[in-house]
Amino acid sequence: MAARGLVAPRTIRVVAWTAVAIPALMLGVGAAMDALGANPVEAATHDAGIWALRCLVASLAITPLRRLGLKMLAPARRIFGVAAFAWASLHFSIYLVFDLGFDFGFLAEDIVERPYLTIGFTAFLLLLALGVTSTRGWQKRLGRKWVQLHRAAYPAAALSALHFYWLVKADVTEPAIYAGVITGLLGFRLADAWRARAMKRPTAGAAAPGEARAA
Amino acid sequence: MWSPKRGPIARPIRSSEITSESHYLDRRTFLRGATALGLGAAVGGCLPSDEMEAASPEVGGAPAPNLSFLPAPPRFRTEEPRTPWEDVTTYNNYYEFGTGKGDPARNAHTLNPKPWSVSIEGEVEKPGVIGLEDLLRPHDLEERIYRHRCVEAWSMVVPWIGIPLGDLIRRLNPTSKAKYVYFETLYDEEQMPLTRRNALPWPYREGLRMDEAMNPLAILAVGLYGQELPNQSGAPLRLIVPWKYGFKGVKSIVRIRLQERQPRTSWENENPYEYGFYANVNPRVDHPRWSQKRERRIGEWTKRPTLFMNGYEEEVGSLYAGMNLKKHF
Repeated sequence: MAARGLVAPRTIRVVAWTAVAIPALMLGVGAAMDALGANPVEAATHDAGIWALRCLVASLAITPLRRLGLKMLAPARRIFGVAAFAWASLHFSIYLVFDLGFDFGFLAEDIVERPYLTIGFTAFLLLLALGVTSTRGWQKRLGRKWVQLHRAAYPAAALSALHFYWLVKADVTEPAIYAGVITGLLGFRLADAWRARAMKRPTAGAAAPGEARAA
Repeated sequence: MWSPKRGPIARPIRSSEITSESHYLDRRTFLRGATALGLGAAVGGCLPSDEMEAASPEVGGAPAPNLSFLPAPPRFRTEEPRTPWEDVTTYNNYYEFGTGKGDPARNAHTLNPKPWSVSIEGEVEKPGVIGLEDLLRPHDLEERIYRHRCVEAWSMVVPWIGIPLGDLIRRLNPTSKAKYVYFETLYDEEQMPLTRRNALPWPYREGLRMDEAMNPLAILAVGLYGQELPNQSGAPLRLIVPWKYGFKGVKSIVRIRLQERQPRTSWENENPYEYGFYANVNPRVDHPRWSQKRERRIGEWTKRPTLFMNGYEEEVGSLYAGMNLKKHF
């Protein structure tokens, strides 16, 4: 409440765009200078994947932070969400071009036979739907449905973390941390929703003591 | 722009051109019969080059060779372009120094490979702890240029320097009970602080069936690109079995035990559904989580088909005749 107006939305936008641009710039420069190590394709794939997950988590963190008083952060949510979609698109494109050589037969085989790719691809399709409908036009057109649709960011994040977890050979600490943070954020929203529902029923709340009296 | 790193162009170099005296004096213990080679050979290059040479040219930033060795016989050298030194030594797995591909090169400086000794145990004539120099002294060092295929579906071509494992085992006079060879990597929290994170159950354990160990392809490597092994590559002594996935190539070996029972390996312990004892390169048997049909050769953009037994079927195929390789993966 007090935080609103402390920083202009414009400033928040500039900061958020800068934050998402820095890792993209670093990857671009690394690629241009051939400084991504012995296996640049793998390095770029992992980089794009991890930043997709990080941006997704960042966008999911905005609403809880707003509830906790940092209302000024609101404009950052869309930026982080769109960045997550962009990173996921890059991640998928590298895999499609360099790992599969545009062979859609291999793609189908991978998606059917490899659970970590099945869920990774599912997460990407969810992000694709969210990315396409991320504009203000779609937001107006869909109205309440837009809010419901964009809750798919939670399963997308959860599937991404699981995708990460399943491809690690040993030492799952890092994906486990992401899974923990996502669970925490989801827990916060569920608790919030439950509280809001409880508060929205003053009559039901008033009726309870009455029932108690009757009993 | 990105450019796939191209393989080297071989240029023969005489040992006298590339081996400094001080290096030679330092490394002489690695050479068979220091008397036969001696100082004269080092300074004057008086050995006939077809008998013994240091033939690896500088590739991908490789330092000048400091080992002397026999050239690889044609059947033990692939003519494919070698993966540059820089890539071989900065992109690899050695979980004792971290699970990232660049971690070993960054962290393995805490390993001290000198002096080194190996405990020879089990079904051998004379068990005991032996210094590395003494263990190697009776053998010629040889170059072997092998394909190296990681279970993670990337591959390299590496010029190793080492001794045939079979020669060493024969010299140990195994008893009739010796059916398997067990290997163990050093486990020292002082030299390997990241082992405290327990990425795997330590010490790292590996094993071979006796006939696999005796196959002429199997070597104990002490170097690559004519150089002593860098720490991250498993200094000072590691196993190379090129028809198997890279993780079978146990590094920084401190224990070799001949035994009757099949040993249980670290990766089997970690996940018996995903990693078997044999771990032969096989495009027809996928890892439960990813495909083994293709691989990315380091330096190439797209993936290439993986070869059965990593292309060494002719040499090792008979070892597995009649075995169900889907079951014994």
